[in-house]
Amino acid sequence: MSEIDGDAAERSSTTVEGPLGLLAELTYRCPLACAYCSNPIELAAYRDELDTAEWQRVITEAAELGALQCHLSGGEPLLRRDLADLVRTAAEQGLYTNLVTSALGFTAKRAAELHDAGLDHVQVSLQADEPALSDRIAGLPSFARKIDAARRVRELGWPLTLNVVLHRQNIDRIPEILAAAEELEADRIELANTQYYGWAALNRAALLPSREQLAEAEVVVREAKERLRGRMEIIYVIPDYYATYPKPCMGGWGARQLVVVPTGDALPCLAAHGLPLPSANVREHDLAWIWRDSPMFSAYRGTDWMQDPCRSCDRREVDLGGCRCQAFALTGDATRTDPVCHLSPDHGIVEAAVAEANEERTPVDLPLVPRRERQRN
Amino acid sequence: MTAPFSTTGVPRLARGVKLRFDRSRERHVLLLPETVVELNGTGTAILQLCDGQRTVADIVAALREQYADVPEGQVVAYLAKLAERRHLEIHE
Repeated sequence: MSEIDGDAAERSSTTVEGPLGLLAELTYRCPLACAYCSNPIELAAYRDELDTAEWQRVITEAAELGALQCHLSGGEPLLRRDLADLVRTAAEQGLYTNLVTSALGFTAKRAAELHDAGLDHVQVSLQADEPALSDRIAGLPSFARKIDAARRVRELGWPLTLNVVLHRQNIDRIPEILAAAEELEADRIELANTQYYGWAALNRAALLPSREQLAEAEVVVREAKERLRGRMEIIYVIPDYYATYPKPCMGGWGARQLVVVPTGDALPCLAAHGLPLPSANVREHDLAWIWRDSPMFSAYRGTDWMQDPCRSCDRREVDLGGCRCQAFALTGDATRTDPVCHLSPDHGIVEAAVAEANEERTPVDLPLVPRRERQRN
Repeated sequence: MTAPFSTTGVPRLARGVKLRFDRSRERHVLLLPETVVELNGTGTAILQLCDGQRTVADIVAALREQYADVPEGQVVAYLAKLAERRHLEIHE
């Protein structure tokens, strides 16, 4: 026993290993109307949801491919009446099951069912630390029910993670949000700045914080991490618009995570709905083919697809080019460098948005376009 | 809960943390809400003994039945690292 170090080296992202996680977006229906939602704008196109047996097959095939975790998300996954059945299938497959919920509908009865089914972990979203702001952001009186649900999570012995999406309208309240999390005895809190996909992209001007707001937030978070060390884990994510380098989105395209949307399209990133690639739907193909061979998952795997400056960059295996979906959304070409990178020739697009967010006359509470299903023409 | 702790402490996996064998990669892993910690053989051997019953001293003794050379300091340091990351709780 010469060396004790439990953590093995990071795996190479270039080999086609199985996914580590399945992100099952069970439905895009949601009682809330958060303007920062990453779901696609055309919600009405996702009504034809996979049925119970189809989801159970997806979960089973993901486990056979090597997935270890199953994130049950949405929309609001509790709107699926078969949620406990899906949890049970995932648990039987040995997957770590994680519910990502607004907590609306997380009644004592549902909670008990999910507990019996083997649910491992619950993440409850909070929009702010107090009802007025939280309910305004959520578009619905919901704060009190969320707090009740978070308590229920703890009472049933689950670890509790709070998810707080940060933006221009709530980032100044991090101290109060952390106090609320302490009061709830949360194990973890994710303070993640908005990523600009779907509805959030539409609302970007009203959501992107100023440099001053971010600087203050970082001071508060640093102090809190120190103070709460060993008691509550704080995960803080800055807006990538202010980063120097892009995020290694999803740990690489088709490298670690597999997303399946309500209608069965499998995606390498939760924002890949609009990319100009042939769709890969679980109703037509098995997951193994989709993961290993489909054009959707092969297109940007590894680094061969890269253009300069990524192709010749020392960080190409670190950042993996950033997010393909963000590159496509901002430039119309998914193979370009993610424009948040300061080396991107398209970085001016991001700089312009940042400049607007820092204009003195830009108020903190610009109107938000609430997420909701619109009638299609 | 962080080190230093005594060898009479009883480690067990923290709430929501699971030790599983990863069939497709043929190794053990710790599963957490959004993390997969890949374990090597010795890490696995230690964590399989963290059953909420054995003390740190018991774990070192059990390891000595499997391995020729088990430095107690390294086992303690490994447990402390996992406790610091809240993968493990150590009850006195």
